Amino acid sequence: MSTVVAAALLLAIVLYAVFAGADFGAGFWDLFAGGARRGEEPREVIARAIGPVWEANHVWLIFIFVVLWTAFPEAYASIWLTLFVPFTIAALGIVLRGAGFAFRKTVTRTRYRRLLGAAFAIPSVIVPYCMGAVAGAVASGRVPAGGRAGDPVNSWINPTSTIGGVLAVAVTAYLASVYLVHDAGRLGDDTMVEYFRRRAVSAATVTGIVSIAGIFVFAADATYLASGLTSRALPVVALSVVCGTSSLVLLMRNTHRAARLSAVAAVAAIVVAWGVAQWDYILPETLTIDQAAAPAGTLGALAVATVLLVVIVVPSFALLYRLDQRGLLPEEGVDDTTIGTSAPR
Amino acid sequence: MMDGLAPLLAVNPVPWARAQMAFTLAFHIILVPLGVSWAAMTLIANYRGVKHGDSDALRLAQRWSKYMAVTFAVGAVTGTVLSFEFGLLWPRFMGQWGEAFGVPFAFEGLFFFTEAIFIAIYIFGWRRLRPWTHWWTGVPVVLAGILGSVSVVAANAWMNAPQGFTLDDSGRIASVDPVSVIFNPSMPLQAAHMVIAAYVVGGFLVASVYAAGMLRGRRDRYHRIGFIIAFSVAAVAIPVELAVGDSLARWVYNNQPVKFAAIELVPTTSSDVPETILGRLNDDGTVSGGIPIPGLASWLSNPSEGRATVVQGLDTVPADERPTVRQVNIVHLAWDVMMGLGTLLFLVALWYGASWAFRRDMPQSRWFLRIAASTGVLSVITMEAGWIVTEVGRQPWIVYNYMKVEDAATSNTGVWITFIAVVVLYLALGITTILVLRAMSRRFRLQDGDFEDHDVPYGPQTPIGTDTTPPEPIRKRS
Repeated sequence: MSTVVAAALLLAIVLYAVFAGADFGAGFWDLFAGGARRGEEPREVIARAIGPVWEANHVWLIFIFVVLWTAFPEAYASIWLTLFVPFTIAALGIVLRGAGFAFRKTVTRTRYRRLLGAAFAIPSVIVPYCMGAVAGAVASGRVPAGGRAGDPVNSWINPTSTIGGVLAVAVTAYLASVYLVHDAGRLGDDTMVEYFRRRAVSAATVTGIVSIAGIFVFAADATYLASGLTSRALPVVALSVVCGTSSLVLLMRNTHRAARLSAVAAVAAIVVAWGVAQWDYILPETLTIDQAAAPAGTLGALAVATVLLVVIVVPSFALLYRLDQRGLLPEEGVDDTTIGTSAPR
Repeated sequence: MMDGLAPLLAVNPVPWARAQMAFTLAFHIILVPLGVSWAAMTLIANYRGVKHGDSDALRLAQRWSKYMAVTFAVGAVTGTVLSFEFGLLWPRFMGQWGEAFGVPFAFEGLFFFTEAIFIAIYIFGWRRLRPWTHWWTGVPVVLAGILGSVSVVAANAWMNAPQGFTLDDSGRIASVDPVSVIFNPSMPLQAAHMVIAAYVVGGFLVASVYAAGMLRGRRDRYHRIGFIIAFSVAAVAIPVELAVGDSLARWVYNNQPVKFAAIELVPTTSSDVPETILGRLNDDGTVSGGIPIPGLASWLSNPSEGRATVVQGLDTVPADERPTVRQVNIVHLAWDVMMGLGTLLFLVALWYGASWAFRRDMPQSRWFLRIAASTGVLSVITMEAGWIVTEVGRQPWIVYNYMKVEDAATSNTGVWITFIAVVVLYLALGITTILVLRAMSRRFRLQDGDFEDHDVPYGPQTPIGTDTTPPEPIRKRS
């Protein structure tokens, strides 16, 4: 049973990465879209693309926390006691970016749009870095078992966490750019399709380079992870490499739909590879999933919640994405079009 | 230098952790009523608009949904902070009790997902979904809002009435019965009290904005409908809230006697306990000041025994297992505030109801509007006071009779820094939220009378529904 719940947890992390990750990545491209005039078009595509979906996508994070603290409370306590600093930064960043994004579309003055845009975009880069650093801390065995605190600094400022953080930022930017190619196409804006396609190619390349660098760093700094990646997780790693490479090729050949699918598969495979590589530990080499697991009653309740999730939430998500993709969720309310054009009389 | 700084930076985290949790919860709880009840009010307006072709109601509904988009986003991110804080501030609580306390949150997650998904569909669906289809996409938001708050309150209620687990010899949880964790004895009344409070506060908050508008001379039909829908929701909810609150107080009397003693300012066990309005408990255990109403606390605790009802005193448990004198005074004052303002709000609702019953219209006097305009703030204060009663009244326990707050907190000594950061960030967030909502409202007013055909909800009825039809290209801002 603990294995089932751990698998559900890993799946939730995958879904958070491929859905909410792209929303963070959209913030990355928003940040580097240039000044108010030059960046207007890409920012509009970004706002339209993530507007209806980012809040729902974000709930995966809550679900991950809930499963972790309910099913593996001892590991949860250790992780949070140790990684107080990156989690605090992430929490504040999530407030800033969510509020910044929601507020920005309600204001019209450039000055305010710029300020709120920065509040959205800058944390969109910092938060994934923190999450990646946390993953690196866990994966490299720097979080002790027993609900105890590890080193408050070294636990997340270390080679594996650095790779984890950079990889997280790269992956989110990569996914976002691939999605935005599609969204720009949906909005009928060919300039923006090309704009994001070029960025997707760069981001895919950077993600690949960081991943390769990661393997060498892990070999020196996170030996258990590295041995897992080169043994039981090797097929998943290979899948990630194949999918990542093919998405790069497909992007260069303008086959966007297939590129999107293979990018998602590549990123999902990276997360799954991490999980499989540190199997069957939740905190590598100190606490196994089985040891950390809550009593059967709790795990049963989580299994029921997961089934309900599949029955209720997944079809709802499908509906949301389908309506969004068909252009049936164009904007909030109806009279946005007059905002800014209606002068006081 | 560093040696001098280190002890300065290493501050006991417990009071700061409590302060940060209290502050972030106090902030988030203001957004909860809007998240839970505003969707319902919007659907009422939307229903009128579609069913009776009422264009004012329709305009109201779609504007409310735009405001809601802002408050929901702020509520979502501040709610996320709370889920971070379980780990940041209370890792030892979660480490020991997570397997029981965490269970309701698994279901809360489901409802939050549902709410976030359908609120997006509803808010973004105005232009292109068919009217009734669109209306129905709002219904899951209302249901998920109610069930989501029930789940969260179930977890809080479990802290008051922990059950559904067994402990092994070392005091760790050995087995969990998730059903009795969720449906703990404190859950039904506490959940009902919070959900109905969400409708009371949400209704008064929204209505107060329209009352203020009417006071400034905006007595058009649009403002009138906005006021009537919201105020009616609150006015219907508040008598129910009073009845549920009364039952809940009696539950506390029977099950959390120490909290009840703090509420009623009862230092030693006795019968014929007065209901003391205001007043304070002194360090020596005496009560001074205030207006005692003889026997009322006893009578209310158990009307069938009347003034003979015995109320357990604070001194029945050791000093380290009950709230401190200062906390008792906070609980008692918060209780008085909740009761006083709750009664006042009930009387205002009664005035409104009487006016409808006898004159077939809402009260028109400026005095009524002035009071109505203040009900938003007053109802928020009432709710905050009620929440202070239940939380401070449980002290020093985080899990009643099982774990104390001081044993639950993080060992990280930098919490005072994060507290300051959070306060600064939230103040900025709160101010910006209000400014943004006001700016939106101002812009909507400027737009009035400036509606073009394509701005009418559910229009234009151009053929869409094919995947190949591209939506209109992005509007270029000139």
